[in-house]
Amino acid sequence: MAIFVFLAFVLFVVGLSFYLGSKTKTSAGYYAAGGQIHWGVNGIAFAGDYLSAASFLGICGMIATAGYDGFLYSIGYLAGWMVALFVIAEPMKRLGKYTFTDAVDANYNSRGIKLCAAISTLVVSVCYLIPQMVGAGVLVEPLLGLAHHWGVIMVGAIVIAIVATAGMSSTTYVQFLKGGLLIIFSTILVVCVLMRGISTKPDQDGQVPFHEYTSISATKSGDTFTIADGGWSVLAVKDVKGGLQFAKLGKDGKESWWYISTTDNTVTLKESQFVVVKPDGKWINGEKASETNKLRQVGNLESLKGDVNAKTGSLGPVEYLATMTDKDTLVKTWKSTSFADGEQKVTVYYPKVVSGEKLLRPGQKFKVEGTWLEKLDFTSLMLALFLGTAALPHILIRYYTVPNQASARKSTIVAIAAIGFFYVLTLFMGLGAMTNGVINPADSNMSAPLLSRSFGELLFAIISAIAFATVLGTVAGLIVASSGAVAHDLMDRYMNIKMDDRQKVTAGKTAAFVIGGIAILLGILFKGMNVTFLVGLAFAVAASANLPAVLMLLFWKKTTAKGIAASITVGMISSLALIAFSPELYTLYGKNPLDAPIPLNNPGIISIPLSFLILVVVSLLTQKKTEPAKA
Amino acid sequence: MLHEPSLPVGKDPAGPYKTRLGIQMFIAYCLFYAGFVAINLLSPKAMAAIILMGLNLATVYGFALIIVALIMALIYNALCTAKEAELAAPETPTNQGGN
Repeated sequence: MAIFVFLAFVLFVVGLSFYLGSKTKTSAGYYAAGGQIHWGVNGIAFAGDYLSAASFLGICGMIATAGYDGFLYSIGYLAGWMVALFVIAEPMKRLGKYTFTDAVDANYNSRGIKLCAAISTLVVSVCYLIPQMVGAGVLVEPLLGLAHHWGVIMVGAIVIAIVATAGMSSTTYVQFLKGGLLIIFSTILVVCVLMRGISTKPDQDGQVPFHEYTSISATKSGDTFTIADGGWSVLAVKDVKGGLQFAKLGKDGKESWWYISTTDNTVTLKESQFVVVKPDGKWINGEKASETNKLRQVGNLESLKGDVNAKTGSLGPVEYLATMTDKDTLVKTWKSTSFADGEQKVTVYYPKVVSGEKLLRPGQKFKVEGTWLEKLDFTSLMLALFLGTAALPHILIRYYTVPNQASARKSTIVAIAAIGFFYVLTLFMGLGAMTNGVINPADSNMSAPLLSRSFGELLFAIISAIAFATVLGTVAGLIVASSGAVAHDLMDRYMNIKMDDRQKVTAGKTAAFVIGGIAILLGILFKGMNVTFLVGLAFAVAASANLPAVLMLLFWKKTTAKGIAASITVGMISSLALIAFSPELYTLYGKNPLDAPIPLNNPGIISIPLSFLILVVVSLLTQKKTEPAKA
Repeated sequence: MLHEPSLPVGKDPAGPYKTRLGIQMFIAYCLFYAGFVAINLLSPKAMAAIILMGLNLATVYGFALIIVALIMALIYNALCTAKEAELAAPETPTNQGGN
């Protein structure tokens, strides 16, 4: 069923692309869909372009595991559209032709701007491409039973086909279709969540028996743990970074890892899940990993308003959120940590109970009550999300597909309505996953599709096909923007390579092939990272490299070409460097995040003001001298 | 022309009005957004306060940021459209009749 729906959808999309491709002959048609898209269609296509894997897979996954902190992305991503509407939309339409570079270079015709803006477009688009491709790989594993890298390759191949056939025309209609379907079926999924209500022992309507995790009391004397319950013996105790302790227990010849929770002289060992990599392969929860032995999906309430064995039945949306927010509602969330046990590498997924009161406000991932550096990191994230949207090249080029400035404005408003509605739904989908036992503890990105599976295979098939189309639509937009940067900005404008209209289209398609190939490689390399976090970084690079140039160009008359080129260069390099030396990337490199020279994960608070400052200073230093008036 | 729009864009007499209005509304929304960030930084526990129908400040403020965005967008569009229509309308002759 899932495979049939998925294949039908993909075939339809590719067929549509070939049909539109037969009508696309000019560069205006390839890069800007002839500038004749209706604002209503463009508005939903905006939503289809913008609601990427990060929004659907990443945000829902982050809400499912970190509560309100995931919803912060929804708020920031939507708020960014106000910058686009109030400041950018109409001037962008007035100034540009096909690409972001056209707009920033409109008043200058500067080779420096062309080069810097084209490179910036490529860098931002590639940063944004990585999480989309990671999301594609994540999707095909449960859907088609294929390995992660095959999903990445499949998306790359289909998108290259879409873009290389008809460019912006097919991309627009794929995004329109996918944006509309995503919102409709996400609404259906949320209605299902509300109809089911909340239970402390979720069993997915009887489909999957609820696994009750056990706890064992222990006593501690010095460094020695003793278990009163018969049959258990403590084989080893591991101290892990962050003050965590885990015990390896033995019983009936089997070994298992337990999380040690110590409170007020009471020691409790909590049942956990664990993956052990041995010379003979991977073992999960004490058995060899196989098709039938995988990590159990998790996520449930420990108590519902103080009741440990309760079920609500259907709830309204406000009642649902109020129930989750209650101080006596306790949620069992899951964390993970890895360590070595002799020659074996152990990863333990252990439970942590958090009250709804704490989960439904910021603080689980972004430590707003922490040190000033942690507060600065939070501010930096919110700044980048707010300013990043209006600086994303693949979003900005959509303003060239409509006929006039009023259409640019109206399509932005349609986008705000559609995207805003979807982001409200993300909170319910994330909390639904958190409480319905559908989270894969090793990869939160699949939370929303797995939530849909708990309501039946048909909904799972449709949601997965749409999620896959979500990746297709966004990647297509990114590749159109990137191919425009290469063929239009660099080859045509910067290098002045003489090409007729047909050759320009061929150059764009060739660039699409190459960029698609790069995207496939990066998607495989970055497997396993939360896609929303990665997109957040792309926003920071866009906000640092592009937004100061666009804003100052529009609102500061002393802006010069050299000022813009310097600002783009410094914004791009500084944000990338700050990211490369951040704690989160150090973790990715396999190093201790505490050793990272930059203590912030989000670079915007430094790189955005720096980019503005450079633009102002360089512009003031490169003002043209005015001739003194002759008497 | 190197960077001409893909389709010719006509003269927009309402342009200065729309720019001014856009900046004013942008600043207003910025302040609203900054308020959300500021509360989280200065008084994060206040976000847990139940303020409406069992919902806490974080949820209500978060939804408000989304809903207010749409309301402001609609108001902006209505004002811009009205100004465009006003400036595009043919001028009424002031002296049509003779003696």
